[in-house]
Amino acid sequence: MTKVRIPPTLRNEVGGERQVEASGETVRELLHDLSDRYPALGAQILDNGDLAAFVNVYLGGEDVRTLDGLDTAVAAEQTLILLPAMAGGG
Amino acid sequence: MYSALRPARSLLDLVGQTPLVELPRISPKPDVRLYAKLEGENPSGSIKDRVAKAMIDAAEASGELEPGRALLEPTSGNTGIALALIAKLKGYPLTCVLPENATEERRRLLRLYGAEIVASPADEGSNGAVRLAMQMAEQDSRWFMPFQYGNAANPRAHYEGTGAEIAEALDRVDVLVAGLGTGGTLMGTGERLREAFPDVVVAAAEPLPGDPVMGLRSLADGYVPPILDVTKLDRKVLVSNAESVAALRALLEREGIFGGVSAGAVVHVARRLAEELEEGVVVCVLADAGWKYLSADFWDATDVEESMEKTVWW
Repeated sequence: MTKVRIPPTLRNEVGGERQVEASGETVRELLHDLSDRYPALGAQILDNGDLAAFVNVYLGGEDVRTLDGLDTAVAAEQTLILLPAMAGGG
Repeated sequence: MYSALRPARSLLDLVGQTPLVELPRISPKPDVRLYAKLEGENPSGSIKDRVAKAMIDAAEASGELEPGRALLEPTSGNTGIALALIAKLKGYPLTCVLPENATEERRRLLRLYGAEIVASPADEGSNGAVRLAMQMAEQDSRWFMPFQYGNAANPRAHYEGTGAEIAEALDRVDVLVAGLGTGGTLMGTGERLREAFPDVVVAAAEPLPGDPVMGLRSLADGYVPPILDVTKLDRKVLVSNAESVAALRALLEREGIFGGVSAGAVVHVARRLAEELEEGVVVCVLADAGWKYLSADFWDATDVEESMEKTVWW
């Protein structure tokens, strides 16, 4: 199982938990498993099977959009982090 | 072109042409050379002097900005301070929308330069500042908002300045690391370096925000700056506050460089990516120096994350 960290914005969708677990060999499988366990979360983070525009997904601390996207392979001991897309500082 | 040997006519002529210095003591491998571009050497103390000057120059040239108008900008600090310097020299009033939990040094500097401050909610981070500034600009046409998050002059300043200077200074760059805020530094510098060094890896260091400053009500309130195209980044790495501060301390203790919080994050990512190379050149863009963070507790805190989680640092 892979640990998935949930940002405050999405905690209502997982019963208030800061961290949940899901399984999958790729980010796609992992997010689909997460959606099966928490359908309300799935509705927020997936958009027609793709990542929703305002969610960022990090595996091993790197944005999967700059890795292989949803096809990124998940290694053992890696943590998935979900974050809302926010304006950076400037 | 300004030459250090001759007096400048205006402080604004001293924007850019910042020093590039090698960091041999914190490179994880002897054959990987690390360099730092010291953007804290700009006149108002950060890389944002380049952006503020480019945005104001472009708006004046297009006729959009004329005497009598007032400037408004959402900022976490540095862009506001840079605009405050330029606004003062050019005679425009400036109002900055700043998250209310920005460090005291930033607020005080803005006021000393003569800027007005409107506070946006602490728990909404920079998103809150952007939203409030956009509302204000819509309601009153007196405002001229340069809007760094959506202004093409922002990345262009880095294409023509930051990137061109690095390309001129080095005959090889394998990795560029800069902090991700508006995306301007990474987009502009990255584009210019790709022209000179087609295989360069453009890497973003991105802050992992503390829970208390992630107060978006829903994902629908999310925001991606219009000038940021994530597909043009090769790497995008999250950095915790504790990792940033550890790298900041190493930078100060081993290289004598007193950097700001984002500089720590950039150095953290640079060392991580340097580990992946056998040999090569990694360039870090250090956006500012540590002065504006001196009042913060993290320099001595035993629990760095706890001391930093309630503030937007960069």
